[in-house]
Amino acid sequence: MTAQHINTGRLKTPFYPRIAELDSLNTWHNWAGYSSAEALYCEDMEYFAIRNSTGVFDITPMTKYRITGPDALEFLNRLVTRDMRKIKPGRVAYAIWCDDQGQVIDDGTIFHLKEGDYRLCSQERHFAWLTTASIGFDVTIKEETAEVAALAVQGPTSYSILKNMGVSGLDELKPFGLIHNEFSGAELMISRTGFTGDLGYELWVSPDKAIELWDALFEAGKHHGIRVIGTHALDLARKEAAYLAPFEDFLPAETTVRTGRTRSPLELGLGWLVDFSKDNFNGRRALIKEKEKGSNWRLVKLDIEGNKTAASSYIYANEKNNKSEIGFITSAAWSPICKQNIALGTVRTPHGNPGESLWVEIYYQREMHWNRVMAKADIVDKPFWFPARRGKTPPDPF
Amino acid sequence: MTDKYDAIIIGAGHNGLVCSAILAKKGKKVLVLEANDQTGGAAVSREFHDGFSVSACAHLLYQFQPEVIKELNLQLDIVKDNLETIVLAEDGSHIKYSDGKIAGVSDEDEKSFNKFHKRMTKFGALLKTYLNKRPARLGTKNSKDLLLLAKLGFDIRRMGKIEMREFLRLIGMNIHDELEERFENPLLKGGLSTDAVMGTHLGPRSPNTILTYLYRMAGCEGKISLPKGGMGSLSNMLTETAKNLGVEIKTNSEVKKVLINEGSVTGVETKNGDIYFSSVVISNADPKKTMMHLVGPKHLEIRFTHRIDNFRMKGNAAKMHFALDKLPKINEFKDSDFEQRLLIAPSEHYVEKAFNPAKYGESSPKPVLEVTFPSVSDNSLAPDGKHVMSVIAQYAPYNMKSGWNEEARGEFIAAIKSALRLHMEDIDDCILGEELLTPLDIEKEFNITGGHWHHGEFTLDQFMFVRPVAGFSQYEMPIDGLYLCGAGTHPGGGISGACGRNAAHVILEKGKI
Repeated sequence: MTAQHINTGRLKTPFYPRIAELDSLNTWHNWAGYSSAEALYCEDMEYFAIRNSTGVFDITPMTKYRITGPDALEFLNRLVTRDMRKIKPGRVAYAIWCDDQGQVIDDGTIFHLKEGDYRLCSQERHFAWLTTASIGFDVTIKEETAEVAALAVQGPTSYSILKNMGVSGLDELKPFGLIHNEFSGAELMISRTGFTGDLGYELWVSPDKAIELWDALFEAGKHHGIRVIGTHALDLARKEAAYLAPFEDFLPAETTVRTGRTRSPLELGLGWLVDFSKDNFNGRRALIKEKEKGSNWRLVKLDIEGNKTAASSYIYANEKNNKSEIGFITSAAWSPICKQNIALGTVRTPHGNPGESLWVEIYYQREMHWNRVMAKADIVDKPFWFPARRGKTPPDPF
Repeated sequence: MTDKYDAIIIGAGHNGLVCSAILAKKGKKVLVLEANDQTGGAAVSREFHDGFSVSACAHLLYQFQPEVIKELNLQLDIVKDNLETIVLAEDGSHIKYSDGKIAGVSDEDEKSFNKFHKRMTKFGALLKTYLNKRPARLGTKNSKDLLLLAKLGFDIRRMGKIEMREFLRLIGMNIHDELEERFENPLLKGGLSTDAVMGTHLGPRSPNTILTYLYRMAGCEGKISLPKGGMGSLSNMLTETAKNLGVEIKTNSEVKKVLINEGSVTGVETKNGDIYFSSVVISNADPKKTMMHLVGPKHLEIRFTHRIDNFRMKGNAAKMHFALDKLPKINEFKDSDFEQRLLIAPSEHYVEKAFNPAKYGESSPKPVLEVTFPSVSDNSLAPDGKHVMSVIAQYAPYNMKSGWNEEARGEFIAAIKSALRLHMEDIDDCILGEELLTPLDIEKEFNITGGHWHHGEFTLDQFMFVRPVAGFSQYEMPIDGLYLCGAGTHPGGGISGACGRNAAHVILEKGKI
C-alpha cells in the first residue's frame, strides 16, 4: 500500500474529472492524501451557493472506518463519550472521543448503517487509536476511505434537487437520519448530515458510480443553482454554524506534545455529548474529576463589534487592563449571512459565561501599516447561523 | 449470598495470604477466594508420584522478607539454611559458592569473586531498602512520589562517587559482559549467569541481567534456604496465621469476574455463581488476568489496557520432578553435597546458547538445570530410603512453535535427562516416576497468565516505578476499590511476601476500609 501511495503522489478522488472541469483557480491542497480544492472559481459565490441555493463538496477524502463484529456496539460505547446504545440503525451520531486523560482526540460522525454495522467518519486518521482501543473486543476495523465516494450536498434547495434526482424517502428523513436508495444498480446511501449548519445531505456510493452520480445530481440541480464548492467556502459556513475544526479550535490529544495544550469535551462546550450515566467510556474518570474540580478552559462564541476579523487575537477581560490576557481566538470570520463579526475562542475559566462581554485585541493592516483596535466581544450561547429549515421535516421545496 | 466484607482477596497465593493476614490483624473482615483446592498458589507442595511429594513450582526460598515474618510473628521451619550452590563439572572439579565464600576456583578468581560479591551485596542492600516500600509513581506531582524519588537519588549518591558510577553503569547491563571481565573459570561464570536469569525470558547477554542478579541479592543477601515439608508448609503456615486472625478462606472458588458499578468495585462473582460484596477487591492474580479477564477492557481506559496487554509475561522455565529409588552417583560428591543447590551450567556460553532456541519458539536441546534433592534434608517428602529430585529447566518457552504437544514434551524431557546423565551416569536406573510442568502447565495449574512465575518479566521497563505499568505502581488500579497484591506488582516475583505486605499497607492507609 505504501508503495502505491508513493507512486501515486497525491490521490485523486473519483469525482476529480468533473471537479477539474469546473475548476478555474487551480488551488488544491492536501486532505488526508487526496487533492481537495480550496476554491474553484470564486470563494464568495461558492459560499453563497451553500446559503442561497446548493453547494456540492467532495468529501471522499474524509476518513471512513467500517466497524463490525459482535462487540461493535460495546467497543464504540467505550470509545466515545455519548451513549451509542441510543443510536438505532438508520441513525447517525455526532461524537467525540478522548484519551485516558479525558482530552479530545477528535470528533466525527458514526453511522449506524445496519444492526451492528457502523461507519465512523472523521477528518483525521485514527486507525492506530481504534486498533489500540479494540484490544479485548471482538470487532473488525476496516479503513474504507477509498472504497466509498461521498458528496456533501448542502443548501436550501438541496431537498428539491435530490427529489428531482429521484431519491425516495426524503420526506421522512430527519436530521441525523440515513436511508438507502438504489442508484444505477448500486446502493446509494443518503444521510441528512453536513458541516454547514444548514439543510443538507451527504451521498455515499461506490466509487465506480461516482461520475454517474455527479452527472445525475448536477442535471437534477441545474435549475436550482447547484454549484461545486471548495474548502474555503465550507470553512466559512462551519464557523457560522460554530462547528469545531481539529488543529484550529482544538488539537487532537494523540499528536499534542505540550501539556495543557489539549482540551476536554467540557472545555470545548461539548458537555452535552458526554454521558456520565454510562458505566464507562474512555476518559470518564478524568472527566468526572474535572467536573468536580472545574475546567481550566472554556470555548466561547463571540459576536465582535466592528468589521475587522479577529483572527488569532488575544482575548482580555477588560478594555484597559490588557496586561493579562485570558485567552485567544481560534477561528474568526466576517459572516456575510449574519452580517456579524464572528469568532470562536478559548478562554480561561471562570471567564466565558454567555452574556459576558470580553475584549479582543485586533491587529489589521491597511496599506502596509498595522493598526490595532480593542473591540468589544459579546459571548453568545447559540450558533451564529441556525436556520429553521435545518431541522424541518419534510423540508420546504423550491 | 449477601455477606459484606471489608475486603475480598482473589487468590490465596502467598502474597494474598500475607495481605489478608495484615488486614485482618487490623480488625478487617476479609474473605479470600482460591480457585484451587489448596491455598498457596505457586508455593505449594503436592504428591506427584505415589508417596513422593515436592514443591510444585517454586522450590527454594530466596527472599522471604524479615519484615513480613516480624509483622505476622511467623515461625519459619527451615530445614536447611544458607544452601551452597555447586556448579557441576563432568570430571568432578565442581565449584561451590555461598554467601561470599567460594571453593574450587583459582586464587585470582577467588579474589575477584570476593570483590564482586561485596559490591553486589552493597547494591543489593540499596535495592532491599526499597523492597518493602511502595515505589514512587512517575509523572505525578504528588509530593510523596517526588520525595520517594529524591530519596532514591540521594541513596544512590550517598554510596560515594565511585560506587554510584558503578551502580549506574551496571544497572542496565548484561551480566555476561561483567563476568567476562572479572572471571576466568567457566563454571563460575555459568553459575552466576544462571543465578541472574533463573525464571526469566532472558539470557546472560540480555540487557539488565545484572538487575535481575541484584534483585536476588536484595532478598536476603542472596542466601537460599529450604523450608521443611517444601514450599507448601510455608503456605500452610500463612494460611493458619490468616485463619487465626479471622480471615475467611474459601477454596475451589474461582472468581469469574469483578463486579463494577460506575467505576467502583462492588464485589466479585465466582464460577460457581456465588456473589460476594465488598467495596475493596484485592487481586493476587497476575495483572493481565485481573485487568483483561476479571475486570475486562470495557471498564478500563484504552491506553491503560494497551499497557497491560503489552505487559510481558511469557514464562520460559519448566519444572521437572523425579521420584528416585536412590540418589544418583555424582563424581567427587559427598553425601552432604546432595543437600545443596546444584547447577548444570558449565559456562556462560552454555547458558546463552540454551537461551537461543527459546527466542524462536523452541526448547533448549541442552538446557540449564537447577537441581535440588529436598528429600535429603527433609525425609517427609519421600518413602524411607527413596528420594525426590526437583529440577528447574531452562529454556522452555511458553510459545512453543510446535505447541507443547506430546512430542515436544518428550523431546524436552529427553534433553533434561541427557543433561543430567552427563553428571549422573546412573540416573536412568534411579528414576521411578517423573512429571514435567511446562509454562503452559504452570499457567493452568497455578492460574498464572503465560506461566511466568514472576507474574511478569523482570526488566527495567517493568520494574519498580513502572511495575506493572507506568502510573500504577502503587497497587491501586484505575477502578475505585480495586488493588493488586501479587508478584506482578513491586517488588516482583519470588516468595517474598513483600507485594502482599506493601499492598496491605497502602490499602489501610487509604482508610477506605
